[in-house]
Amino acid sequence: MRREVPLVLTAMVGITMIIAHFIPPFNILKDLFEDWFFIIAAFAIYLGISNLILVNGDKIYKKQKGWPFGLVVILGFLVMTVIGLFFSGGTSFQDPGTPFYYLYMNVYYPLSATMFALLAFFVASASYRAFRARNVEATMLLLAAFILMVGRVPIGYWFSDWLGDALGKLADWIMDFPQTAGQRAIMIGIALGVVSSALRVILGLERTYTSGE
Amino acid sequence: MDEMTNREKKTLWENLLSIDRRIIFIFIAIAISLPLFFKTSLKMPVSPVVQGVYNAIESLPAGSKVLISFDFDPGSMPELQPMAESFFRHCFRNNLKVIIMGLWPQGPIQANIALDKVFRELKEEEKAVKVPQYGIDYVNLGFTAGNEVVIDRMGHDFQESYPADARGTPLSEIPLMQGVRNYDNVDLIINLSAGYPGTQEWVQYAVDVFHVKLVAGNTAVQAPSMYPYVQTGQLTGVLGGMKGGAEYELALNRPAKAVSYMFSQAVAHVVICLFIIIGNIAFFTMRKRKT
Repeated sequence: MRREVPLVLTAMVGITMIIAHFIPPFNILKDLFEDWFFIIAAFAIYLGISNLILVNGDKIYKKQKGWPFGLVVILGFLVMTVIGLFFSGGTSFQDPGTPFYYLYMNVYYPLSATMFALLAFFVASASYRAFRARNVEATMLLLAAFILMVGRVPIGYWFSDWLGDALGKLADWIMDFPQTAGQRAIMIGIALGVVSSALRVILGLERTYTSGE
Repeated sequence: MDEMTNREKKTLWENLLSIDRRIIFIFIAIAISLPLFFKTSLKMPVSPVVQGVYNAIESLPAGSKVLISFDFDPGSMPELQPMAESFFRHCFRNNLKVIIMGLWPQGPIQANIALDKVFRELKEEEKAVKVPQYGIDYVNLGFTAGNEVVIDRMGHDFQESYPADARGTPLSEIPLMQGVRNYDNVDLIINLSAGYPGTQEWVQYAVDVFHVKLVAGNTAVQAPSMYPYVQTGQLTGVLGGMKGGAEYELALNRPAKAVSYMFSQAVAHVVICLFIIIGNIAFFTMRKRKT
């Protein structure tokens, strides 16, 4: 039963959603399943919170390596939750001027943006090491990267303005044609893979979500 | 003497090939931060994909309803926040009604940040400009969990995904939402996206199923994957990264943050190109020595 019930549910919901796309009267069932999905998605938030507290709490209790960071995580979570729920004007907690907004702008935003900004340095370092003209394909990649890096910033326009913005137009051509063709091929491949995986899950051939049985 | 010189030259090229990445980090840090202290006026043409976004909004008559979905977090703020501010400037300048929503939890508050900035600008302007009123000129529906299911359900009825706005006011009590039932009552959808769920889901579930008109602003990493949708007409236009945002500001004749940040980006790109050239010279020199 533990294995069969999830498989039957998955097959039933999956087949209904496919049929509903083509036969409109099945939309009543589709809407019902989507309502259930909304409820499950909302409960997933509580699952995430519980997991966060359990994992970091355990780390703090057992004084495992890096436990002070677990304390920071839980404290940060508690501060934002308490301030947002009780000290920020109720449902208007996201409006400018509230303590929650202040913490978001002055703590969460700078930290989050900084983490993402680090990528710029690693991209530069990786580009230096990876873009070597070792063979024909690598040389073509290198040239394309060069044209795009220069052509898609104003400096490219300055360099080639006297040539009718040749660099910029070349960069746009690379984006519009070779790049788009490659993207389209990847998207079609991914779509076929998604159809295949979805069918395997619906037909019960893929069972990793049932505790790997 | 010649052997010593050759050993020294060999060491230099080997050192360049295995340069400490912290040296590269320092150069990049200087390249990005120093230009921020200079004010420059940049010229760049507006590309067709960005012009498509501008024309889509400019062509809407006053009073048209625009749905803007904020699907990004502070990590993508440098690229997408200037676009959000420009979209608001454009919409309010043309007296369009704006319905804000988010598929990411941080989305609605990102919208509030952009609105706060734009409203302060409007108040500081010398001409008496009407500041948009909540509930009449714009509304923030907030965040709903559910990803693409939210997009699909809104195609039938907004109230199925958003029974109330972000402040808890039922949609039936908001003047702007009177007569807005689903996508048929919205003239344009604008999506600001940094990942999943994002523009791809809006194309698959809103454009392909309900045939809405959609324009997007994406991060530079995500924008290339939207070009197939622009070519097929599923996307009317796309702003790609900071350059797209800068072009849009120039099209609006309102240069702002994105234009000022482009100088930093340009210098950083040049520095990376120089490093790549140096690396390849070192690579070929070493290869020649070995043969």
